[in-house]
Amino acid sequence: MSDEGGAGEPLNVRALLGDDAVYEAAAAEAFPEYNKARLVSLELPDRSGDIIISTYGEIDKNNYLDPRTAQVATIDHMKQTCTKLRPAEDEELPSAYIEEFRCALDVELSKYVVEAYPKGACAVYCTSGKDIEGPGADFSFTAVISAAKRSPQNFCNGSWRSIWTMDFNYELQFVDIKGKIQVDAHYFEEGNVQLDTNIDRKDSTMMQSPDDCAVSITNIIRHHESEYLSSLEESYLNLSDATFKDLRRKLPVTRTLFPWHNTLAFSLTRDLAKELALGK
Amino acid sequence: MEAAMDLMRRMPPRSAETALNALLSLLPDHSLDLLSQVDLPLQVCMDKESLKEYILCEYNRDADSYRSPWSNKYDPPLEDGTVPSQEMRNLEVEANEVFSVYRDQYYEGGISSVYIWEDEDNGFIACFLIKKDGQGKRGYMQIGSWDAIHIIQVGPEEEGVAHYCLNSTVMLSLTTDNKQSGTFNLSGSIRRQMSMTLAVADGHLVNMGKMIEEMEGKLRNSLDQVYFGKTREMVCTLRPPPEVLNMRLPDS
Repeated sequence: MSDEGGAGEPLNVRALLGDDAVYEAAAAEAFPEYNKARLVSLELPDRSGDIIISTYGEIDKNNYLDPRTAQVATIDHMKQTCTKLRPAEDEELPSAYIEEFRCALDVELSKYVVEAYPKGACAVYCTSGKDIEGPGADFSFTAVISAAKRSPQNFCNGSWRSIWTMDFNYELQFVDIKGKIQVDAHYFEEGNVQLDTNIDRKDSTMMQSPDDCAVSITNIIRHHESEYLSSLEESYLNLSDATFKDLRRKLPVTRTLFPWHNTLAFSLTRDLAKELALGK
Repeated sequence: MEAAMDLMRRMPPRSAETALNALLSLLPDHSLDLLSQVDLPLQVCMDKESLKEYILCEYNRDADSYRSPWSNKYDPPLEDGTVPSQEMRNLEVEANEVFSVYRDQYYEGGISSVYIWEDEDNGFIACFLIKKDGQGKRGYMQIGSWDAIHIIQVGPEEEGVAHYCLNSTVMLSLTTDNKQSGTFNLSGSIRRQMSMTLAVADGHLVNMGKMIEEMEGKLRNSLDQVYFGKTREMVCTLRPPPEVLNMRLPDS
């Protein structure tokens, strides 16, 4: 699917398929996958914040957990709106012990996200070991950060998505951190140009108190994401310099425009080619 | 068709082929329109006689065969394959020779092909194609490709002048992929048009060549400044670099 979630696109697909039943069936499959992959964030109807649609918070296809407010939202994937909201059940939430770690990380991470991303949202999910009552066992979290900008009137869209997994290893007193950052941008005025980037990162830290873990993990995430932004900047700088020239020079080696007038006869053409080659 | 074209415009360039195939199966009656309006990277074939490569496009295709601009023959062979008239063929041969030199001067490699055929009103249509793949000679870029398609409609000569209408498309793709900086892919295509009425004193080839040269320069600049600049700008909007953030702190 294209990277936009704009209103125009479903209409296009519906027009192309020409059969509403087929469209509805296909849409029911495709839209949830799309929203999850794009880490779409929607405002909660009670204005308590944003909820991110992701596999990590998925209760079922149309219901998603917001760990921060401990609520479950029912989502209309096509309209990208939240139609119902209910408090989460106890079974859907982590234990108090786990929640201490999760909440501390969420608070630190949110501070970072507000600072670094003008339009960002984040969430921290417990993906394994949510029922652990006390120290002695391993557990895992996944933190997602999602920032998107939609400017169809300027023919421009973009998104930044990071997914960080943390494996807390009790025996080694160690937190194993893995991240995947994806950035894309799309400009489509009189043309169609897309940036598509991703990177995998690894790190680790000592297991400490919930607050110390939160600070340490957030610092690691902040460090890797800033570094990635710099690396993207560098790629762009190198683009015009070296890369573009490899494909097409701005001017021939002669630094003049091509001498079309001098190539009227075949033999002249071949001699010219040789002459220009010698001149290099 | 409108829905189809609108959708294609929003597709990421790398998924264009998959999307196009899907559209072709949904709208088989519109295949001609779809194929001529959607940009796919150019394919290349080897002319076994002259051992030179040539580019495949709708304009040198007849049934499932493609005509080589070097040998003027179809591959796979076609008994009644469409060929240009002798006059057009002469111009075509000269155009291929000259364009090859132009290509070498600007692209230092790559493949080019020119196809010319009569138009209905005593004018003609010429299609100039270039395909260049870069492998990072300067050590940075890993995979890159530039595909250019220039189609010029030339009106009949009247009182020493002719009208030239150029439609150009450039498809560009740049990829780096390594452990350090991850995967970075920048792909795109842009289309532009240019029309001129020129004296034919020096011949059509000179006029067409100059127009193409000017157009390619403009497109290259456009891609460089506007397009890549714009996507980079978007990244900085999503996550401003530290210098920008620091400037904001006094306000908050």
